[in-house]
Amino acid sequence: MTAPLLTIDSLRTYFHTGAGLARSVDGVSLAVHAGETLGVVGESGCGKSVTALSVLRLIRPPGRIEAGSRVLFEGRDLLALGDEEIRQIRGNRIAMIFQEPMTALNPVFTVGEQIAEVVRVHAGASRKAAWARAVEMLALVGIPAPEQRAGEYPHQLSGGMRQRVMIAMALVMNPALVIADEPTTALDVTIQAQILELLADLQRRLGTAVLLITHDLGVIAEVARRVVVMYGGEVVEEAPVGELFARAHHPYTEGLLAAMPRLGAGRDRLATIPGTVPPATAWPSGCRFRERCPYAWERCEREHPPLYDIGAGHTSRCHLAVEPERRAQRHLPLVAQVAGGRA
Amino acid sequence: MTAAAATPAGAAAAGVAAEPLLSVRGLTKHFPIKRGLFGRAAGAVKAVDGVSFDVAAGETLGVVGESGCGKTTTGRCVLRLIEPTSGEVRFRGTDVRALDAGALRRLRREMQIIFQDPFSSLNPRMTVGAIVREGLTVHRLAEGAAADARVRQLLDEVGLRPEYASRYPHEFSGGQRQRVGIARALAVEPRFIVCDEPVSALDVSVQAQVINLLQDLQRDRGLTYLFIAHDLSVIEHIATRVAVMYLGKVVELATAERLYAEPLMPYTQALLSAVPVPDPTATKRRIVLSGDVPSPANPPSGCVFHPRCHHPQKDAACARIVPPLEEKAPGHWVACIKQPPTAAEWGAQQAAGGTRPPQRYLPLAAPAARTE
Repeated sequence: MTAPLLTIDSLRTYFHTGAGLARSVDGVSLAVHAGETLGVVGESGCGKSVTALSVLRLIRPPGRIEAGSRVLFEGRDLLALGDEEIRQIRGNRIAMIFQEPMTALNPVFTVGEQIAEVVRVHAGASRKAAWARAVEMLALVGIPAPEQRAGEYPHQLSGGMRQRVMIAMALVMNPALVIADEPTTALDVTIQAQILELLADLQRRLGTAVLLITHDLGVIAEVARRVVVMYGGEVVEEAPVGELFARAHHPYTEGLLAAMPRLGAGRDRLATIPGTVPPATAWPSGCRFRERCPYAWERCEREHPPLYDIGAGHTSRCHLAVEPERRAQRHLPLVAQVAGGRA
Repeated sequence: MTAAAATPAGAAAAGVAAEPLLSVRGLTKHFPIKRGLFGRAAGAVKAVDGVSFDVAAGETLGVVGESGCGKTTTGRCVLRLIEPTSGEVRFRGTDVRALDAGALRRLRREMQIIFQDPFSSLNPRMTVGAIVREGLTVHRLAEGAAADARVRQLLDEVGLRPEYASRYPHEFSGGQRQRVGIARALAVEPRFIVCDEPVSALDVSVQAQVINLLQDLQRDRGLTYLFIAHDLSVIEHIATRVAVMYLGKVVELATAERLYAEPLMPYTQALLSAVPVPDPTATKRRIVLSGDVPSPANPPSGCVFHPRCHHPQKDAACARIVPPLEEKAPGHWVACIKQPPTAAEWGAQQAAGGTRPPQRYLPLAAPAARTE
């Protein structure tokens, strides 16, 4: 097997705040292979977006990528590069698509100018050639009348159109990797379907690898080949997409899947995960999920679980991997006991 | 008979008592577009355009649609948080639009709202206790120690610790704030609550907690909900009946079972097919709509959905005839002249340039998975 395109190795991104040290990303390792889509899923505060921003070193103080972290891309450690070298990679070899295109696009330049600028900066193209390339990209992402649209400002476009512009801008340099952070979360469901279809189609044609970050397991199921589940600043489970949905191992993943209302599932009471994600300044000792976990036992408090290999490319950060018989002993999680069972 | 005059109640068909708790007829809200220095009216955004529905006591009517379809404006017009342009809103037989300020305030004791954003809908300078207590004071329901006790009881009922009453909203997570918003609505013991995207801002695990809480409260207190959401799976889970809105109009209205099993309006079909399914082995037919939702300031003629419609029988008549919301099957109301039966006779459609006769189109016809 060839070396991965991107390898994140023991990434730790901490925020040194007045309220204490927030260990937002705390030892994350994952790999993206050329041409594949890796989905990263988790809820608010799990560290998925900070992981993405860390790859391109877009972390500002009080945030800091801690020593010992490595991000290998095409054979180089991005964290060891100089500022000029990392700029050469951003938008060129690795591009990002953000959730809210309105804030990611510059309101005072036309969308054509913004795409053309990427081409001029990274490829040294002439103004005219860059503009032609911008129009070509707008056509590629399915924007009707691209010559005319290129001359419009972001506020003149709908949310779906703006996200297409973001994708055009991300792909214009034909990057090896696109990091898409909640690319469809702000969009309506029918527009989301258009954008997901577009991303999948472009990926097939251009062979771009995608690191897709989302909270939506439905989106993951449709577009990702492998999935990483994050909780508490850590990877808690990783598996091929079919394996994860068929045999979720980590109690958090299990809870997440059960808590989703699904089409056609009827009106049965939804399963819940009691409590809330603890703050990054105060992860619980041992397993970070244990207080909300219906299986937790003494070991979970004592011993921080490693990522156990459970076969078939499936790993899980849960001691159930070595004591599977505990799964039969379901109980009320700690947080629910404290709250008197009402939460 | 026109769509507005028809009674898309569906309540009787769903086996509920005939007298609805809330009855809305021909509700319209146009926001004027002002241009120039003197603010001349240069047109209107037809946010809500002739919406009619009933809500029976104890049921949950789900209102679903995408951004700009008018669902939130509809909810606010019902409570007169926004004054409707025209139409009728009756709550327990009372004409809500005819009430003066005092009478409206008294009625608000029975009609409450829960907002989408738990971060901006709670006053940051008030303690949670004071927020929940406000309704008790305004409606003179309790004061002093009795009010304190009631606040503690309400917090407990929504799953918050009573001692949280002295804390401020910023000390709570999104899910907990939404519980505070629910406690505030419950304080005045309403019969009817407009839930405006109450779980949209919440993470999945917390969303499930709040949905279960709303369902428990409905069961225990016999509440009636108008539940507005853009998430079709949430609506299916909580609603008894569902109204689908598009560009200010109700385009389909049916029991949740029927709507999800056999959507008839091509827009609903596309909407349902677009929902990502959390099952990588699922093979589903996806109807990808072309283009964006047109502007409600300048809606298409005829059927507002016709420029994006994928019904194979779509023709020139769709651009000319405004489809009435009519009963295509018992309790199943649909605005589409190409889904038979229809009052828009084939002859009339031909006169309007129609070339393709109405024909039942069910692209999602499911393997009988939902015939429970």
